[in-house]
Amino acid sequence: MTATLAKEAPGPVEEPVLRKPPARKRLVPYWLLLPGIVWLLVFFALPMVYQASTSVQTGSLEKGFEVTWHFQTYWNAFQEYWPQFVRSLLYAGTATLLCLLLGYPLAYLIAFKAGRWRNLLLVLVIAPFFTSFLIRTLAWKTILADDSVVVDVLNALHFLDVTDWLGWTEGDRVLATPMAVVTGLTYNFLPFMILPLYTSLERIDGRLHEAAQDLYASPATTFRKVTFPLSMPGVVSGTLLTFIPASGDYVNAELLGSTDTKMVGNVIQSQFLRVLDYPTAAALSFILMAIVLGMVTVYIRRAGTEDLV
Amino acid sequence: MRWLRKNLVVIAGLLTLAYMILPNLVVMAFSFNRPKGRFNYSWQEFSLDAWKDPCGVADMCESLSLSLQLAAWATLGAVLLGTMIAFALVRYRFRARGAINSLIFLPMAMPEVVMAASLLTLFLNMGIELGFWTVLIAHIMFCLSFVVTAVKARVMSMDPRLEEAARDLYAGPAQTFLRVTLPIAAPGIAAGALLAFALSFDDFIITNFNAGSTVTFPMFVWGSAQRGTPVQINVIGTAMFVLAVLMVAAGQFITNRRKKTATA
Repeated sequence: MTATLAKEAPGPVEEPVLRKPPARKRLVPYWLLLPGIVWLLVFFALPMVYQASTSVQTGSLEKGFEVTWHFQTYWNAFQEYWPQFVRSLLYAGTATLLCLLLGYPLAYLIAFKAGRWRNLLLVLVIAPFFTSFLIRTLAWKTILADDSVVVDVLNALHFLDVTDWLGWTEGDRVLATPMAVVTGLTYNFLPFMILPLYTSLERIDGRLHEAAQDLYASPATTFRKVTFPLSMPGVVSGTLLTFIPASGDYVNAELLGSTDTKMVGNVIQSQFLRVLDYPTAAALSFILMAIVLGMVTVYIRRAGTEDLV
Repeated sequence: MRWLRKNLVVIAGLLTLAYMILPNLVVMAFSFNRPKGRFNYSWQEFSLDAWKDPCGVADMCESLSLSLQLAAWATLGAVLLGTMIAFALVRYRFRARGAINSLIFLPMAMPEVVMAASLLTLFLNMGIELGFWTVLIAHIMFCLSFVVTAVKARVMSMDPRLEEAARDLYAGPAQTFLRVTLPIAAPGIAAGALLAFALSFDDFIITNFNAGSTVTFPMFVWGSAQRGTPVQINVIGTAMFVLAVLMVAAGQFITNRRKKTATA
């Protein structure tokens, strides 16, 4: 009796126990992914489809819009607003370059020279974030106002004569000129440059610097041949994190610029929220997306850090 | 001259830092201003009026509390969904991994205005009324990717043998997760939550498109840039800045003391 039980029991009992968990376990990742991925599909991917369809519609607010495959909208939008596109890329590109030039020394300072001040400096880099960026951007209106200290000093140094000649400023004032917009963009996105730069610099083994010096490399050569190449991942992600949001920004152009400094973001915003010309707005937004994604893809390929993504 | 060359990096770095801090100092100084007219852009005279009555402007504190609630819910949603995705990505093999990775990466590589506009076309086409819920949906969407990235980094560096050890010591799956996995992943989750809260609280562009007539704090500031900027805006900005710096300082102080008592 006991013998038969012992013989029979392991069979039917053990089999399902062994087989069932893997079957259930194979589904675990899908259950974990499901809610978040559905969220992204419905509220990120699906809107892109709707936007694509809106961009080829014609009609009016009163009569309603209909899909008519009117691709002409893209051409018309581009023809009318190409100056804003050029301006967006120019301003965002300049701001990115400035962020790199200004941010690198600070990231380098924090990573290698700060010593016990390191944490304090890091806090100071992040701290401005805690005041709403709109309030801080408005502060630039005060800093760059016509009779402010900064503008007076720039005037006394004849700096504004040079920028006037270059077309960056106009009539010795800074506010409501391209320079004000680029100053604001650079300011707003600097932390996004500094933090990735700092992360990749901090990982560099200090002994590599010593080794370079032992091999008679000057500080400049050490930087050019050792430090900078090793910080490339930080440079790439920093420039992306700066350029992408800057190219679509309309806050700085609106608050610090004039009608002559409108960027493509300003056009999309006013077409969508004020003019209510949805097809044109959707087409503009798609063109911007295509340009930015195209540039980012080429850039990542050229920089050779595809594993970044 | 040699001193200058030697310390060039330090000087350049500190100048950049000054450039980054300057607007905060201006915001702080102008919270004590008594402006003439509606705009608070030029210095007139010292006054404590705004500090004595921070909610003295119509609708400002309401918008502030709305933004805080919104950020709290958006953080909760994004952390829940994002942590689950991060665990799935690190711990399991499954199909379509590449596609899912790109779906998570793309929102971070997209100009905000494009996401804002496309989401608006979705809501318009579906006939959904714009307001608190549409903003919350949008905020969870764009915070999600950042949470996934933060949590993933932490879970990836985790030693799987710790969990095996827990199981060898007869901890059930639930117990292992709650008492081993979650505490180790906690710093990553906290970093993700902090990031999500900050992103949501300060978001303007996506909110501007999808809020309808709902006014968050950034929307209030934007509107006031057109109508007239009350000094109270600077009070709020300054208070948040000082509070955050104090909190970081306190955290630093506590960890320092812990370290000291641990070594002593």
